[in-house]
Amino acid sequence: MNKIAIVGYGTTKFSREEIPVESLLLNATKSLFDQNPNLNQKDIDAVLVSTNDNTKYLSAILSELAGIQPKTAHTVESLCNSGTNSVVSAYSYIASGLADVALVVGAERRNSPGQILEWDNSRGEFKHPIFWGTIFTKAHKRKFGTTEEDLATVSAKNHKYAHDNPNAYSNKIYSVEELMNSKILTDDLKVSDCSRPCSGASAVLLVSDKVVKKYSDSPVWINGIGQKTLSASFTKNQDFSSMSSTREAAKIAFDMSHLDPIDIDIAEIHDAFTVCELMAIEDLGLVSKGNGAKFVKTLYETEDRKINPRGGLIGTGHPLGATGVAQIIETTQQLQGTAGKRQIENAKVGLVHNMSAAATSSTVLLLQS
Amino acid sequence: MSIFEVELKKGKFVIPECLTCKDVVWPPSDYCSLCFGKVNWRKSDGIGKILEYSKKGNIFFCLAEFEKKIRIMGTLQVYSNQPEIGKKVKLDTCKVDGRNYNFTMTLV
Repeated sequence: MNKIAIVGYGTTKFSREEIPVESLLLNATKSLFDQNPNLNQKDIDAVLVSTNDNTKYLSAILSELAGIQPKTAHTVESLCNSGTNSVVSAYSYIASGLADVALVVGAERRNSPGQILEWDNSRGEFKHPIFWGTIFTKAHKRKFGTTEEDLATVSAKNHKYAHDNPNAYSNKIYSVEELMNSKILTDDLKVSDCSRPCSGASAVLLVSDKVVKKYSDSPVWINGIGQKTLSASFTKNQDFSSMSSTREAAKIAFDMSHLDPIDIDIAEIHDAFTVCELMAIEDLGLVSKGNGAKFVKTLYETEDRKINPRGGLIGTGHPLGATGVAQIIETTQQLQGTAGKRQIENAKVGLVHNMSAAATSSTVLLLQS
Repeated sequence: MSIFEVELKKGKFVIPECLTCKDVVWPPSDYCSLCFGKVNWRKSDGIGKILEYSKKGNIFFCLAEFEKKIRIMGTLQVYSNQPEIGKKVKLDTCKVDGRNYNFTMTLV
């Protein structure tokens, strides 16, 4: 089986602007080509687009706009973890020998139809994501004594880190106290606990070990992949203070890579809501169950950027199809030592956690320099 | 439109039960998700228990489980007693509102 590396990336700024999805895709692709002078359109065997946008045939449209005539071109949709699903698909094409060079571009418009899963009628009239976010938060509070201050600390940390990310949606730093006073959505959730939908696109270039030297002197290798889908219905989660799809995906990824949670230097976590960051770092095994809040408080107070150095979904924004790809870009930059102000010293192993629809499915990737 | 939705539109909550393995099928479907057997539609007693709850403004909402399998979210009518995990609820009303199902429960 071929080994697969990430050798290039490009992105747009994440913003509230209404931008056509085709423009978003092309802008991220142009950014990738601008940063990779050895890449030619003729090199690309596969173009995968990650989005929840309803526009048809987007991978062929992007290919045409970018002057690429790939062997394989298609769209991947899996709600919020479309991005990592696309990368796993690209990985599979290369690993199998069907492709040597694959371009993955994720994009979403602010008003994406992917924000609400209409099919899940078990949620009744409570289909907006704030309601599953509320149930998770209430359950975590009940089981582990998580406080509003703990949740506000996650948000304060991620806004603070996003301030050093030029592509982030948020550019404001807030105190924990300010965030604790933000607008109340439900008894258990405030506006400051939520990631926000926005427009944006991110692109990565994956290649096989056979051609890697042409494109990069510092490739980042994908050494672990774990995925698990439990259901589509939010209510099928067995325990609402824990994400079992994340636990199972993490085990598969760690087993594949022969790495352990203790090896992780930097982790991009899917903080759709503040409680999700706490639940995920616990379920990934980065801390023991119930100790997520204490761990995040220490990170915040010591300015340790180990978790969500780009600002997470809460600080950076959440353009669904682009999110997983953007998480991979941040991890790649950290492992290449090119993350600038956000750089974690001597980072060698990175983890990407990307999930969909209240953790009914999760993807975990393990990357190494 | 499924039998479930036809009945829900009349305000009736019916449950698909597999004719072969007798498992309650949820979410509602014409076939059992365990054995692909055909289902029979039967009435539910509408008694469940609260798994989790919260409040938006003055409105309580909860996630409740019925027949040890069916989990739905709905509005929770609260009069004198306060909701608690594990407390019994009765499914009062159900309807289809546009593309959404709409459930109202009351503490028993």
